[in-house]
Amino acid sequence: MINDTEKQLLKIIADMDSLPTGAYNIRANGGLGGRNTTESVQIRNKEDKPGIDIIIRPGTKGETVHIPVIIDKSGYTEMVYNDFIIGENCDVTIMAGCGIHNCGDDESRHDGIHTFFVGKNAKVKYIERHYGEGDGNGSKVMNPTTVINIADGGYMEMETTQIKGIDSTDRITKASVADNATLVIKEKLMTHGVQRATTDFTVDLNGENSGANVISRSVAKDDSFQSFKSNINGNNLCSGHTECDAIIMDNAKVEAIPEICANHIDASLIHEAAIGKIAGEQLIKLMTLGLTEQQAEQEIINGFLK
Amino acid sequence: MLELKNISFSADTENGKKEILKNISLKFEDGFIAITGPNGGGKSTLAKIIAGIIKPTSGKILLDGEDITELSITERAQKGISFAFQQPVRFKGITVKDLISLASGKDITVAKACDYLSQVGLCARDYVDREVNSSLSGGELKRIEIATVLARGTKVSLFDEPEAGIDLWSFNNLINVFEKMHSTLGGSIIIISHQERILNIADKVAVISAGNLEAYGKKSDILPELLSASNPACSVLTDNLEGAK
Repeated sequence: MINDTEKQLLKIIADMDSLPTGAYNIRANGGLGGRNTTESVQIRNKEDKPGIDIIIRPGTKGETVHIPVIIDKSGYTEMVYNDFIIGENCDVTIMAGCGIHNCGDDESRHDGIHTFFVGKNAKVKYIERHYGEGDGNGSKVMNPTTVINIADGGYMEMETTQIKGIDSTDRITKASVADNATLVIKEKLMTHGVQRATTDFTVDLNGENSGANVISRSVAKDDSFQSFKSNINGNNLCSGHTECDAIIMDNAKVEAIPEICANHIDASLIHEAAIGKIAGEQLIKLMTLGLTEQQAEQEIINGFLK
Repeated sequence: MLELKNISFSADTENGKKEILKNISLKFEDGFIAITGPNGGGKSTLAKIIAGIIKPTSGKILLDGEDITELSITERAQKGISFAFQQPVRFKGITVKDLISLASGKDITVAKACDYLSQVGLCARDYVDREVNSSLSGGELKRIEIATVLARGTKVSLFDEPEAGIDLWSFNNLINVFEKMHSTLGGSIIIISHQERILNIADKVAVISAGNLEAYGKKSDILPELLSASNPACSVLTDNLEGAK
């Protein structure tokens, strides 16, 4: 059964006040906190390793699958493999996310490898939120790896957010995009205290008329560290754009390493990267509306990461 | 009432100290006051001093008799001073509705935000959810900036060249906005402007040139002399007016 702390985590990472309708799988401290399957969405345990297979029947439209992971046992660590097989012509939303509540002194860690097979002409929105809390000294660690394969004409939008409380994270995403397929990644990240976060996107635009847009917005506060790496390889007639925009505060450090590589005469690739503190004139403008400097700063960050 | 007493401001430049404002004393009663004068004369500096963005080298600023010279930007805003920037600031992620809500001090409804936008001639539905970022044109930003001051509805509303960057078609709308503001907003509406049509709807006009208050009085007394171009300090102004026609 799910306790109050776990309910709170589910609300934060998955907007879940109660059990969702449709297919879901709740993983709590490595165990099964609840599962529902539907006619169109099958969820099965893997037999050879921890994790699940989510199989969505071709042509499924309008369904949302929730697969949150929560950990509130200090010292618990896990490595989970989830595969998503999304049939042709689907139009579905997948809400994943991981919340860790650590009141103890030991490290709690969730490492996950999510592999997507997006079928021909299928459309997937994948939302992933990472969050940590708890007043223990034990660190909260998440290392998500996402592997994306999009077949001809497919479309996947990945919205990945880490707002608070994760002490250390290595976020790796690898994608291969086929003919007429598109990948959009929107990352939002905030680090504070002495947290560290690295992001590493590699997108292979293999198909004719394939496209990718990788956008990252981040805020680094206090003594935290962020590293953003994005690599788009244009291997065919394709268009790719990568953009990293970071606000740096206090004693934080941010590095951005955008890389684009055109291996085809018709590959069109753009990268943009900007790091800077909050502009003084932005603070002044909001202060002339009656906000204090701290309130102005908060509004600017909230807007930036919205 | 806003009152400036003996305001001076000097800034360090490559050639030593430069006096930007020299001993300016002005009383802004309720009504519509236009501040005009040649470029580089110190008008925008004066506006920033009123808003608290820069501190005067000497002199006092009084709001309803209270000395606010040492108060911060935030404190002055909370006491009732609003300021529309000459060059509005862009924000990534903050929407037009967010900005107007922040200005009004509460989470306003979409209908109310639309009301303020309509007043500045923007088709509200197209704008409320847009980000105040570089996707907006200079003219759109200027009008949103004016809408934030309308949303605040304070006793002192200060506009630094609201017409700059606005096309001729929108300028007609803008004149209507200010005419209407005159009757609805109340308090002191202070507009820094080079535009004869804005000066024409003012109750009083102040002329600032080379850091000095050259003239201050009723529009009917100031404007004829100003536009006659007999005063060399104002020839620049008339050039501007000619250029804008």
